[in-house]
Amino acid sequence: MSSMPPARFEPENRGGAATIGKAVKVVGQIFSREDLYVDGDVEGTIEALEHKLTVGPNGTVQATVKAREVVALGSIKGNVEATDKIEIRKDAKLTGDIRTARIIIEDGAYFKGSIDIVKPEPAKGAPKAQPAQAAAPAPVAASAPEIKR
Amino acid sequence: MLEPLKGFFRGSRGGAQGGGSNSPSNSAKPLFGRGGAAVLSTRSSRGLEEFFTQIRDTSGLTILDLGGATQKNVSFITDLGHRLYSEDFLRILTETFGVDDTVDQSNPGRIEYFLKQTLDYPEGHFDGVLMWDVLEYLNPVLLNAVVERLHKIVRPKAYMLAFFQADDKVDAAPVLTFRIEQVNSLEVVQQGLRRPAQLFNNRSLEKLFGRFESVKFFLTRERLREVIIKV
Repeated sequence: MSSMPPARFEPENRGGAATIGKAVKVVGQIFSREDLYVDGDVEGTIEALEHKLTVGPNGTVQATVKAREVVALGSIKGNVEATDKIEIRKDAKLTGDIRTARIIIEDGAYFKGSIDIVKPEPAKGAPKAQPAQAAAPAPVAASAPEIKR
Repeated sequence: MLEPLKGFFRGSRGGAQGGGSNSPSNSAKPLFGRGGAAVLSTRSSRGLEEFFTQIRDTSGLTILDLGGATQKNVSFITDLGHRLYSEDFLRILTETFGVDDTVDQSNPGRIEYFLKQTLDYPEGHFDGVLMWDVLEYLNPVLLNAVVERLHKIVRPKAYMLAFFQADDKVDAAPVLTFRIEQVNSLEVVQQGLRRPAQLFNNRSLEKLFGRFESVKFFLTRERLREVIIKV
């Protein structure tokens, strides 16, 4: 990964998301274990498998993208896989093939490519529906996602 | 006369510029839908119904929509279990040949570039194509190249849906976005005006799609000719 100038992370500005600012270019692979906001240029791959990726209005992404949720306000060129949903906002531009459970396309958005709607797989080990009398408090998540900066 | 359409194609066809008096239907009411787009009318479509009759009992088909991506069309097609490919055909047409078709649409290099941008798919790739009204804006040379390419990339026995003005004296036609409401009805949004490159009658359409297995016409009250082409 190379960057120019070095990335500034401003998690507090984007609701806790790591941010790649509009003057930053990243070439290579990005693995994120927290929400990510890209307003600069990224070439390569982006993986935020359990998190949300937002490509800001100044963002230009030429990458294969995998995330839980993708929100495009800028430009994405590359295949996008989102286990939960993809939003292509007005004035956004997405060129590539999409695989997702849900998609939202606003009027004025540009999209070129294919859309595959895939039903989310049930979580492994998810408790089966129980009779009402056996209902117990929902199990607490084993642990909150670890966030490293 | 055509009014200039500056800035018209900045967004996709989903971003309408407002209503006007060029409604495709006398009963149309200007309404405002999502994104401030002027919704002109909802109209029934026997052509669409015929198209869906062919594809709704099978899931997992590959459908090409040349009208650009709209939420309604994406949801409708994918909810049927199909894979949807989206091409903003008129936007790329404008980018390639200019708003007023300033670049010659019969230029072989440009045609090849345009086909590469819009219809660069393997042979027999699609099980259906929603062309809407986009073919009206192609001059004869480009139109024949596009139809030939469509014939190649759509599998045999598949269906294509196209709309054409039924009025053969029209100077400028409203550019429309068609959003699927139900299997037999469409929401129609006007996008401005554009001069059709050529006008068609049933005879010329039969000739245009002569290499296809069959061509079926539905003439609507809105002076729109709906055509189902079987590959």
